[in-house]
Amino acid sequence: MATATPTPKLNHIGLPIIEYRGGKSTLCAGCGHNAISERIIDAMFEMGVEPERVMKMSGIGCSSKSPAYFMNRSHAFNSVHGRMAAVSTGAILANHTMTTIGVSGDGDTASIGMGGFVHLLRRNLPMIYIIEDNGVYGLTKGQFSATADIGSKLKTGVVNDLPAIDTCALAIQLGATFVGRSFSGDKKQLLSMLKAAISHKGTVMLDVISPCVTFNDHEGSTKSYKFMQENDEPINEIGFVPSFEDISVDYDSGQVYDVEMHDGSSLRLRKLLEDYDPTNKADAVRTLMEAHSNNEVLTGVFYINTEQPTFIDLLNVVDEPLGQQPESVTRPPKSALDGLMANLQ
Amino acid sequence: MATGDLALGHEQGALSANKRISNDFSINVATVNGSGSQSANSVLLKSIFGMGVPVSGKNLFPSNIAGLPTWYTIRASKDGYVARKRAAEVLVALNPETARQDMLDMPAGGAAIYEENFNLQQYRDDVVCYPVPFDKITAAICPEAKLRKLVRNMVYVGVAAQLLRIDLSVVEAGLRKQFARKQKVFDLNYGAVKAGFEYAAEKLTKQDPFVIERMDQTAGKIIIDGNAACGMGAVFAGVTVVAWYPITPSTSVVEATTDLLKKFRVTPEGKATFAVIQAEDELAAIGMVLGAGWAGARSMTATSGPGISLMAEFAGLGYFAEIPGVIFDVQRTGPSTGLPTRTSQADLLSTAFLSHGDTKHIVLLPGSVKECFEMGHEAFDLAERIQTPVFVLSDLDLGMNNWMSEQFQYPEKPLDRGKVLTAEDLNRLGSFARYRDVDGDGIGWRTLPGTMHPKAAYFTRGTGHNDAAGYTEKPGEYVALMERLARKFENARALVPAPVTVKDKTSKIGFLAYGSTDFALIESLDEIKKHYGLDVDYMRIRAYPFAHEIHDFVASHERVYVVEQDRDAQLASLLKLDLPATEAVKLRSILHFDGLPIDAQTITEEFATKEGL
Repeated sequence: MATATPTPKLNHIGLPIIEYRGGKSTLCAGCGHNAISERIIDAMFEMGVEPERVMKMSGIGCSSKSPAYFMNRSHAFNSVHGRMAAVSTGAILANHTMTTIGVSGDGDTASIGMGGFVHLLRRNLPMIYIIEDNGVYGLTKGQFSATADIGSKLKTGVVNDLPAIDTCALAIQLGATFVGRSFSGDKKQLLSMLKAAISHKGTVMLDVISPCVTFNDHEGSTKSYKFMQENDEPINEIGFVPSFEDISVDYDSGQVYDVEMHDGSSLRLRKLLEDYDPTNKADAVRTLMEAHSNNEVLTGVFYINTEQPTFIDLLNVVDEPLGQQPESVTRPPKSALDGLMANLQ
Repeated sequence: MATGDLALGHEQGALSANKRISNDFSINVATVNGSGSQSANSVLLKSIFGMGVPVSGKNLFPSNIAGLPTWYTIRASKDGYVARKRAAEVLVALNPETARQDMLDMPAGGAAIYEENFNLQQYRDDVVCYPVPFDKITAAICPEAKLRKLVRNMVYVGVAAQLLRIDLSVVEAGLRKQFARKQKVFDLNYGAVKAGFEYAAEKLTKQDPFVIERMDQTAGKIIIDGNAACGMGAVFAGVTVVAWYPITPSTSVVEATTDLLKKFRVTPEGKATFAVIQAEDELAAIGMVLGAGWAGARSMTATSGPGISLMAEFAGLGYFAEIPGVIFDVQRTGPSTGLPTRTSQADLLSTAFLSHGDTKHIVLLPGSVKECFEMGHEAFDLAERIQTPVFVLSDLDLGMNNWMSEQFQYPEKPLDRGKVLTAEDLNRLGSFARYRDVDGDGIGWRTLPGTMHPKAAYFTRGTGHNDAAGYTEKPGEYVALMERLARKFENARALVPAPVTVKDKTSKIGFLAYGSTDFALIESLDEIKKHYGLDVDYMRIRAYPFAHEIHDFVASHERVYVVEQDRDAQLASLLKLDLPATEAVKLRSILHFDGLPIDAQTITEEFATKEGL
């Protein structure tokens, strides 16, 4: 007898999407962060990443709570304010075989965590570093953060008069090897970007504009849904084909940047901005700077480099996780101590 | 340098060579920082060691790379005393800036070797003077002018060896070890030693009483500094991730660790089974340590007071989220930048309670280089067993100076990796709750990222959590968590290194101390016995939380002197928090905090004053 129960769609490792879900969000209804969590779930599911092979990292803030809202089958570390970079570095040194995804905020990264952030970029530490960027401190009721644009207005009428830190320009300059900006409201772009990020080996730095519906979604804000809908200028259209899908797409070579990823996936960036070259650091930074003066918010993949060695490559460590080696490897034998003692006599 | 008469118990003013003072004096070598005097000092130290005589060396250096005065004191002691002495009987004055004052500070009856141009004989007629033309001797044997500054120091080693009757063959052996495989460097340096030795033999007449005579007290012993010993301990604990930020006086802990890891932890294919990372600051260093500890690697950092301060927030996270990690704190003199190249024990209270909220930490207190090694590996077992950061509190005196020691013993027990569940365990159990006290010892079971079981994951957080690691602000759940942490800490009293009962049940008076204070205290107790006929008791504390034996020791004495190297009686304060009020009143403090290592005379005098002797 046939049953009427619909079979849930399974990904290529045989898991349904429910196995990628997290706990119920306690963030505000409509918060951009929730949409980003959904896209992370979609991307991990579609890429067929084993949840047990993922480490979720965060600092402190609204954004940093969100790892509780996706992928319950993955270990998570919600650390201290501004220190996601350091904790992630340690965890990755202990087990570099994991896929590591970190969720930070604009305050957590660009103010209190700036020191750790820039050094993480510089090391090209293999992880996905997401900034859920809303330009304000939500948990303390809406003070400006360092990514707020000049002239942006708070609900109280206070106008920001300091320049914004462009975390993407910084990341490109300092050594991240996959740098992009997206918008929590752009499902398609964000999903493609996250899938490509999962395939990348090195630091992926994604600044995702994620409006704060409670403190920064009003007229005069440059991080509101409305402002983004009006000013979002994608510089490229992202096509991503994972290695396990055999699809060939015809394209006009003059209009497309084709990048082969480490895992055999391919990333196709169709140019929307004329002559934009996502492998040229100086061009990328110049383009971002020019966009600021035109009040445009560029999105897309700004920079990619699949050749640069990661911090793990530079350390020249064994393939196995460092933290899970047996005592026979980690504790030198008695003869080693005997030799040292003989030398000190 | 301290002025003063010869320390208690020493013969004074002996100018006659017949009245020998054998194997019981100190040498003070005054040089300029950065002049390469360190290897010369080390050769002289090892030569005395090579003569079989117990010896210790202390570097009293400024916070400066080159140009400022620096002193190195070497103490030879037939009785095995290795603490600092207030005054050094033999002076080697090579620094024109300080030579006059160094001479004025000498005890009567001492002997001074100095560059002849300094004319130090004009300042003292109660000191034997040995002017030596160091520059001329050096120029004759070292044609290359730019090497002369370095070689000049080796000339003093030769002069001192001759005057103190150290065998040249012993100096040669020490030098050969120092410059193993560098024949040219050895030749040049040995040439300088010999030139000094021969000059002294020909031109100087021995008029002072100080001599080194062969003994057999150093056979089988080693010489090492505490920082190298800590690093060695960590390596034999299987440390795998090291994250650090350079700071005096702890830097050499990591340097030693790194050297040994490179030696023992590289596969035949040339791949490392460890990672050492120089972090951007101490906040990052401790964050990396906790990240690595959480993900299953034995991890450590080493720092000093200012770094400990920066690590405060993370230390609380480690305590509250129960993450293992080892932090070596080589204490220097604070507050703030303080005296960055001087020693102290003033980080005890801030480390024991490092962070905000109700936080307390396990602190191990090594009192010798051997214990630096032992606690250097035990700390990792304790951190993983108890699932918490463990601090090892050393100090600059112990850490950066050379100490004679018994050889270190290879750890007998296998590594204790604590309570970790594998995927197989989870298959059997079905599920687990990270912070549930299933064994009644306050310690839950953890899983590591990468454990291939759908129920392996948990959410680590510094926010309030229930026993399944879920977020909670419920008063009852918070109280249960805090009480379990307190219980776990209480149980740790029996797990940390037990105190050493040096002497008990002989007196109504007891002494308590920890760490490098021990060297001076054991000498002082002998002085107290010799001069006042009092045979007092002594227990050396080796860890916080305090073992029950410490309570018993206080309870069984009428008065207990707590000797420590800080202003605020931090050890006594910590003890008072732990002891019943009726016992706490028995504690009296002997304090020393001038940046120099404590000496026996200070303790003896203070004790005599307080006892009205």
